[in-house]
Order: sequence, then structure tokens, then C-alpha cells
Amino acid sequence: MKQGLWHRLDIIARSLSPLAITLLLIMLGMVPLQIPDIAPIIPALALIAVYYWAVHRPELMTVWAIFLIGLFQDLLSGGHVGVGILALLLVHIIVDTQRRVFARSSFQALWVLFAPVAAAAMYLMWLLNCLMQGEFLEVGPVLFQYLTTVAAYPCLAWLFAQAQKVLIR
Amino acid sequence: MYRRAGSVARLATPVKAWAQRFALLLLIGVAVALMLLDKTDSVVIERARTLVTDAVSPLLEAAARPVATFSEMSERGTQLVAVAAENAALREQNERLQHWQAVARRLEAENMALRNMLSLAPDPALHFVTARVIGDQGGAFVRSMLVNVGNQEGVRRGQAALTGEGLAGRVAEVGAHTARVLLLTDMNSRIPILVGGTRDRAMLAGDNTGQPRLLYLEPRVELKVGDRVVTSGHGGVFPPGLPVGQVVSVREDGVRVQPFVDWGHMEYLRLVNYELPGILRSLEESKTPGNGR
Repeated sequence: MKQGLWHRLDIIARSLSPLAITLLLIMLGMVPLQIPDIAPIIPALALIAVYYWAVHRPELMTVWAIFLIGLFQDLLSGGHVGVGILALLLVHIIVDTQRRVFARSSFQALWVLFAPVAAAAMYLMWLLNCLMQGEFLEVGPVLFQYLTTVAAYPCLAWLFAQAQKVLIR
Repeated sequence: MYRRAGSVARLATPVKAWAQRFALLLLIGVAVALMLLDKTDSVVIERARTLVTDAVSPLLEAAARPVATFSEMSERGTQLVAVAAENAALREQNERLQHWQAVARRLEAENMALRNMLSLAPDPALHFVTARVIGDQGGAFVRSMLVNVGNQEGVRRGQAALTGEGLAGRVAEVGAHTARVLLLTDMNSRIPILVGGTRDRAMLAGDNTGQPRLLYLEPRVELKVGDRVVTSGHGGVFPPGLPVGQVVSVREDGVRVQPFVDWGHMEYLRLVNYELPGILRSLEESKTPGNGR
């Protein structure tokens, strides 16, 4: 009986690990690195995480988890609440509706596919921010962050793959 | 597998898919509702923000310290290489500053005497709270920093945040032990300033780029590159005369200012408590019931 309870807790803890890793990454992304001009172009880590888990283990990255991640990120970053949530949900919708394409893709192909997905999400964020602000925002910073995000994908995807091997069986 | 699973599974799968679709629609609706709530500057959203930042601040603080130590060490290493040249430059600068100090002393005395003659109301005393930067917001849409002091340490909304070089921003949200500083490059930052030797009034407005713009300049005002920008103190929230930056470009489409602050090495911020007695203070308190204590 006791064994059964621990076993079940173990399974729950393991299935929560994608969510926990993503929340931790969002916090780590905020640590001041004392490097000039890095803050504005730091990659959108949550975007990469949600994409990766939505492709590889969709049952562990549910819409509820995505909502929680987006809300946490929006509240912590001080940006407009809801904008990040909608962008992450868009990633979920794209991956979910095109599951056939994503499920068969290799590591490199997933990186290539990530580029348009991230572009759509960042574009939505820019659009919603413009709407909330009531004026057109500079495109430059968004473009830079988009490029660093796409560039950071393989590195983080490799990390997630290791986590997937160790934590989730 | 699917075909052999029987009628329950055949029925369950569409139900599950339907439930998921419903959840997705529901959450999109909630997100849009949150955006509308945020648009109305709701106290609820601000409370939620400060709750989250207060909750994660111990973790951020723990992570920020080793990073700061490491960057200090590496910086010290690079400084060692250039120490001789820097020493010579500093000697020269010291001599120049000695001269400036003499001038400043004389002007200070003269200023005091003139103020006495006019019996000008004295400026309120400034109090500083020094805060450690524990969070540096990454991303393209917000320019803000989290610091490790809050309501309990006497930080209030609207206070100016300074580094040794000049103004960095203002306090936008205050939690129990954390506060968010909106940097002057953020698109929501508006700071009343004076520019140039003629001290013309204008508004410094951030737009998420490194160099904020000047708004509401009078058309007759002539500015040139290198003009100093200081806070004006209009509005009574900031002390007047804090150094902000200097004009770097004057073009048809606008004037841009390069802040004095070194964004790359912001480890501590000084938060200035500049309280005008009387009417402004009570006005501030009635405007922000969520922060009143």
C-alpha cells in the first residue's frame, strides 16, 4: 500500500517536471547577468519550452499548464497580462493541428519548423502589445529577440531531451 | 489498438477531444479577460504581480549573488591589465576635478547666500534606500528590474531609482519585500525633464530602444548634440536636477537621449524618497489605495 502511494507520487512528480522546468527557466532568465545589453535580447525561453514539450510529450504540456506558464511569465515580467498566455496558446494550437508534420520530424527539422512557429508567436505578442499600448511599437527589439530565440533552440532542446530521458520514462 | 479498445474508448476519445477544445477556448477567453482587466490598470493585477515577485524573490536573490560576484571578479581581472594607463588618466582627471570642486564650493556658498536673500523655501530632505537588483527583465516588450526592497523598507510607488551615474527609472510596483523599477527606456516611462543650458522643458519618453525620445519640445527650442538632460521636478515626484543623460541625435523625426546609466553593470540602485509635504502626498495616497499603509 505504502509502496503504491510512493509510486503514484513519483509518477505525478515526474509528469509535472516539464511544467516545473519551464517555470524554473523563466526565473533563471530573469537573473541579472551583468552583461551589457543582454536583457533586451535574452531568448524567449518559455516559448522554446512550450514548443518542445508540445511536440514531444503533449500529454504533459496541457493547455492548463501552458496557461499557468504564460500567467507566471506575464506577472513576473511586468508586461501586459494575457499577451504571453495567448502567444503560448497559439504555439499549442499550431503544433496540435499540425501534429502529423511535427511527430515525424527529426531534430533538425523541428528546429527549422520552430522558426515560423516562433515568428507567429512573437508577431502575435507584438500585435497585442501594440493594441494594448495604442501605438505602433519599434520592431527592432522584437526582431532581435526572435533571432536569439531561434538560435537558442537547439541548445535548450538538447537539455530538454536529457531531462526527458532522466525524469520521464 | 484503437479499434480493439471497444466502445468505451471509442466514445471516450471524442469526449476527451471535446473537453480539451473547450478548455482551450475557455483559457483563451480568460487570457483576453485578463488583458482587458490589465488595460483598466486594475489593482487586482498589480496585487497579483507583487505577490508573484515577492514569492520568487528569495530564489532570484540567491541566484543573483554568485553571478554578480563572478562578473566582479572577471572585471577585476581585466582592470588589472589596464591599471597603469588608467592610473595616469585618473590623476589627470583628479586634477581637473579638484578645480571643479573649488568652483562648486564657491557656487554652493553663493547659491546659499542668494537663497537666503530671497528667503526661498528649502528643498525637502532626501532619503535614500539602497537596493540590490535581483531581477533583470528579459524580452522585447518591457524594460524593468526587480529590487530586493519593498513596502517594509519604506519604498513607495513613484520614487526615483538612481545609480552612481544618473537616473535609471522609477518605482512602478511595490510588494512587501520587492519592488519593480520601470527603466526610463521602457515604452511606458514618461519623465519630465529640463534640457540644455537654456533649461527648456520636455518629456523624456521611452520606446524600448536604448535611447529614449524627447516629447513636447517647443518648436523654437534649438538643441545640439551633447546637451545635458536633467529631471525637472515637475509633478513633485522626482527631485529636480538629477542627471539623466545627454542628447545624441537631433533630427527631423525627433531628439534622442543617451542615458548616463551603464545598463550592463547595474548591481545596486538607490531609491530616493523625496516627499513634498502636504497636498501632493495626500493626493498620491488617495490615488493608490492598494499601496497605502
